[in-house]
Amino acid sequence: MTRTPNSRFFGRLDGDIAGILLLAALLIVVLPLGLDIFRLNMVGKYLTYAFVALGLVLCWGSAGILSLGQGIFFGIGGYCMAMFLKLEASSPEATKIQSTPGIPDFMDWNQLKALPWFWEPFHSLTFATIAVVAVPALLAFIVGLAMFKRRVGGVYFAIITQAFAAILTILIVGQQGYTGGINGITDLRTLKGWDIRTDEAKLVLYFVNAALLIGCILLCLYVRRSKLGRILVALRDKEDRVRFSGYDVANFKIFVFCFAAALSAVGGAMFTLQVGFMSPSFVGIVPSIEMVIYCAVGGRLSLLGAVYGTLLVNWAKTMLSESFPELWLFAMGALFIGVVMVFPNGLAGLYQQFIAPRLRRPAGRRTDEAAGAPIIPPHTAAD
Amino acid sequence: MFEGYSLAELGSIFAMQGFAGLILFSVFVLMALGLAIIFGQMGVINMAHGEFMILGAYVTYLCSNFISSTAPALFPAYFFIAMALAFLASGALGMLVEWAMIRFLYRRPLDTLLATWGLSLILQQVFRSVFGAREVGVVLPDWLMGSVAVTDTIEVPINGLFVMGLTIAITIVIYAVMFRSRWGQGVRAVMQNRVMAGAVGINTEKVDRYTFGLGCGIAGVAGSAFTMVGSTGPTSGQLYIVDTFLVVVFGGAQSLIGTIASAFTISQAQSTMEFFLSGSTAKVLTLLTVVVILMLRPQGLFVLKVRR
Repeated sequence: MTRTPNSRFFGRLDGDIAGILLLAALLIVVLPLGLDIFRLNMVGKYLTYAFVALGLVLCWGSAGILSLGQGIFFGIGGYCMAMFLKLEASSPEATKIQSTPGIPDFMDWNQLKALPWFWEPFHSLTFATIAVVAVPALLAFIVGLAMFKRRVGGVYFAIITQAFAAILTILIVGQQGYTGGINGITDLRTLKGWDIRTDEAKLVLYFVNAALLIGCILLCLYVRRSKLGRILVALRDKEDRVRFSGYDVANFKIFVFCFAAALSAVGGAMFTLQVGFMSPSFVGIVPSIEMVIYCAVGGRLSLLGAVYGTLLVNWAKTMLSESFPELWLFAMGALFIGVVMVFPNGLAGLYQQFIAPRLRRPAGRRTDEAAGAPIIPPHTAAD
Repeated sequence: MFEGYSLAELGSIFAMQGFAGLILFSVFVLMALGLAIIFGQMGVINMAHGEFMILGAYVTYLCSNFISSTAPALFPAYFFIAMALAFLASGALGMLVEWAMIRFLYRRPLDTLLATWGLSLILQQVFRSVFGAREVGVVLPDWLMGSVAVTDTIEVPINGLFVMGLTIAITIVIYAVMFRSRWGQGVRAVMQNRVMAGAVGINTEKVDRYTFGLGCGIAGVAGSAFTMVGSTGPTSGQLYIVDTFLVVVFGGAQSLIGTIASAFTISQAQSTMEFFLSGSTAKVLTLLTVVVILMLRPQGLFVLKVRR
């Protein structure tokens, strides 16, 4: 990814933009050509986690706010989409064998007689699409407002987001009639009459997903390069100084938390579309903290690293759990420890340290940003 | 939710549920005490705390099997031996972990959280490989079986009473160690001002290692007590870890009294509500209340005033 022919047009942006182009080429050309539809769908599933990892790069890497509850937002986004699809799959004709036709099958099994009020609006795709982003962002706003305005941060914030993940999982599992319980919302069929279970649909959804991901990376890049992005880094490193300079630190934190939540939710919605179901096993404490490791392996400061990290960890997970299931937890545990103790900047850090200097030498100049960034923020939100 | 019960019945229900809550409270307190020492005094988030507890539980299980097969005469007292061994095993592992991992991460609390989470995954898998995925239980000696009838309608199980007595004893010991011994004074000094404590000749690294070991050892004892009231599986520890963290944070991280008070509140609320609502609703309500209170009062119930 040294010098694309376009580099002079992009000026100092060349490093990142070239990286994004390379990733786009990989996702849109190389992988679809090289993989069969089953594996491609699997990569598509991994890429939905990359949305979460992107959010964490901004939230945790840039701003130093570690959220252990990103699964909440991933899950809510996924559930919003799943509710729409489920309603479409439960038309009165399709469910006429039920005692109450026209409501999702799991509600019928739980003796519900009518659709609960909060399911009603999800008949509309427009509403569902807006809800995918708006509901998680609103929730993140409320949580963020309550916490950051009171200057709760660091480990307290991490623990409380984790508690929220636990609460939401228990709630979803417990309220079986309204949410589908532990099985989640399954048996999703069509999107506006378009069957999402065919190979062709999976291919289309994969490309939509990849394009959305590239779009989100660009958006994140824009945020990071804006003045706001620089303030986020500043408040990670020296929160008090930013506050004393007259900025309302809490507002910036709330913004980045909501932004990360919305990104995760987009990933969740795409997950539902590609995989065809949504369940509480993507919401709780364990998946939420696994999402952090995707970001950490890729490099918490690098947007592209997060995508590669997500792909790599998930690929390793699939490979290992297919052949040596008992090894996977060891590998995962070692990954957590290793990424923290040995290479805290993840893949991107290794790239910056070992590969980039060789590539850069002929050019004889530094890319800004990541190369100049400290390996680890001196004290990430110790308060 | 109260209709259909007479006043006397309600009284008995509250008493029995209150007692069930007290057992939950005991487990919470034992786990939270270790965590409060590690988190409150050292600022380290130990996500593997639940696994240290389960290690203690497995040590108790092994010990019970070993003694019942080799020295049945000792069986009535095996629990005390098991408890000591559990303390030593978990404490030793804790000190090893501190030496190998935690001491490099004191300045990065969030990273400690991730690293110890990794440790907990590894320990879980070790437990699963060694002891199997199925839950194991210990055989209680005869004198711990049965229950005491307080009135006609209220009965309390003896093992529950024993666990509670144990909790009280351990709490007193910890209080004495932390607040009445010279070593505890050193720990508190390091917590309040690490540089100054080092300057007056306290070996802060050693204090850190032993404090971490003590916290983990208490978790081991908690696990030992846990086998009295529940069965142990490789992932049992994970079920408790978030609750326990909430207990510690809710109580005010550096206050032992606060930890006990919050463990009491949370466990009582949960077990009383559990009788009238479903278990999951009770848990959601409890956790939600705690989280909302924490948002309003992030420093927790009890605050230790320290000049920063």
